[in-house]
Amino acid sequence: MPEAGHLHRGVTRRHITIVGASLAGLRAAESLRRQDYDGPITLIGDEPHAPYDRPPLSKQFLAGDWDEDRLALTKPEKLADHDLTFRLGTRATAFDLASRRLTLDDGSDLEVDGLLIATGARCRTLPGTEDLDGVFVLRGLDDSLAIRRAFDAGPRRVVVVGAGFIGAEVAATARESGLEVTLVEALPQPLGRVLGDEMGAVCAAVHREHGVDLRVGVGVEAIEGDGRVERVRLSDGSVIDADVVVVGIGVIPNTEWLEGSGLEIDNGVVCDATCLAAPGVTAAGDVARWPNQRFGEVMRVEHWDNAVEQGGHAARRLLQADEDAEPFTPVPWFWSDQYDRKLQLAGRIRPDDDMQIVTGSVEERRFAALYGREGRLVGVLGFNRPRHVMQYKTLIEQGVSYDEALAADL
Amino acid sequence: MKIVVDFDLCESNAICMQIAPDLFEVRDDDFLYVLNEEPGEDRREALEECVQRCPKQAISIAE
Repeated sequence: MPEAGHLHRGVTRRHITIVGASLAGLRAAESLRRQDYDGPITLIGDEPHAPYDRPPLSKQFLAGDWDEDRLALTKPEKLADHDLTFRLGTRATAFDLASRRLTLDDGSDLEVDGLLIATGARCRTLPGTEDLDGVFVLRGLDDSLAIRRAFDAGPRRVVVVGAGFIGAEVAATARESGLEVTLVEALPQPLGRVLGDEMGAVCAAVHREHGVDLRVGVGVEAIEGDGRVERVRLSDGSVIDADVVVVGIGVIPNTEWLEGSGLEIDNGVVCDATCLAAPGVTAAGDVARWPNQRFGEVMRVEHWDNAVEQGGHAARRLLQADEDAEPFTPVPWFWSDQYDRKLQLAGRIRPDDDMQIVTGSVEERRFAALYGREGRLVGVLGFNRPRHVMQYKTLIEQGVSYDEALAADL
Repeated sequence: MKIVVDFDLCESNAICMQIAPDLFEVRDDDFLYVLNEEPGEDRREALEECVQRCPKQAISIAE
């Protein structure tokens, strides 16, 4: 028997280090404890906060309806039960696979045994806005607090750049706080990249019905002001006066610290189908890129649910012998709450997929739509139809044909 | 083992229903119904999965 660590049927780990103390990292740690791994677990997180939940940052927390305590991912007393060692406010700056040495920004380094990488992603920014007050991105708790303060100051107009999910949710929250909002999107429709133009148009209508000044198919030329933002200049020549600008134009995976580590980095940490990046090294969440065999597609998924599920999978993988390892083959799923509408999408959809509404209607803003490709059911989109989304998600997991799904009586 | 749902938090995402349809059901009124509040120990693993995967952290287990 080893002195420390847990003797598992697969691999015995003396200790496990998790870099990234947010959703994927924490759920990974909790999953290890549920696997009866009782060895040391160290979580390294660059933010000073205990692990917190991000989705409310663009909704209830931004609106001021929730306080910080409600964001805790796991209640403090339960967290204590797991006997985890946290090194918060500490950033990993380098890793060397050959020597298994991890270097931290406080100058210390440690030798790792099992390593799980969950460093997430950070927001893209608009060049030239770094020194301008009143321009924000939204990723962390401190970002949300800063935007909330800016909203509370009573801006004449908020401009949201990018109508992806973060942008659309921030616009909705700002409108519901009574603020004037312009939402600017370079694509023909909001959320168009994910939902396609037809369903993106439904989202566009919802935002316009709620009084958002939505500008689509137009880019941002410049954000101008003397020390703080005063106006946004668009590519169609129009100029919008603004005191607050929130930029939501996507994220970049946090992999720079792994350059030269010996791990393969390519738009994320490259993993095999089981979430293994190298012997004894796994990755999960926004930073992980792996071939999802269910869809025959290499993916990096930035959804909340994926962080939870992949965190658990990558944690178990660290305790498994190679021959016992299973591929990670989820049907990706996310939700987005905007006004009183709940959007949910499960699966992987593309603009040229077949699409058919199976329940409800676009007019009532309450429906479920199925997506088919090469005869297979590949996705379901719901507007305020959670039951249907989940039931069709199960059908996607079962690999049913598009025709079977259309005929299903759910 | 008793299922506790905080209905103030629940937003009927229905992920629990997908994981454990014998325990949870979101009906056409968009509300969540707990079908069996005191399941046997054999459902603990599925229930723990529901607790972790609930986007609103609305589910907990009372021993």
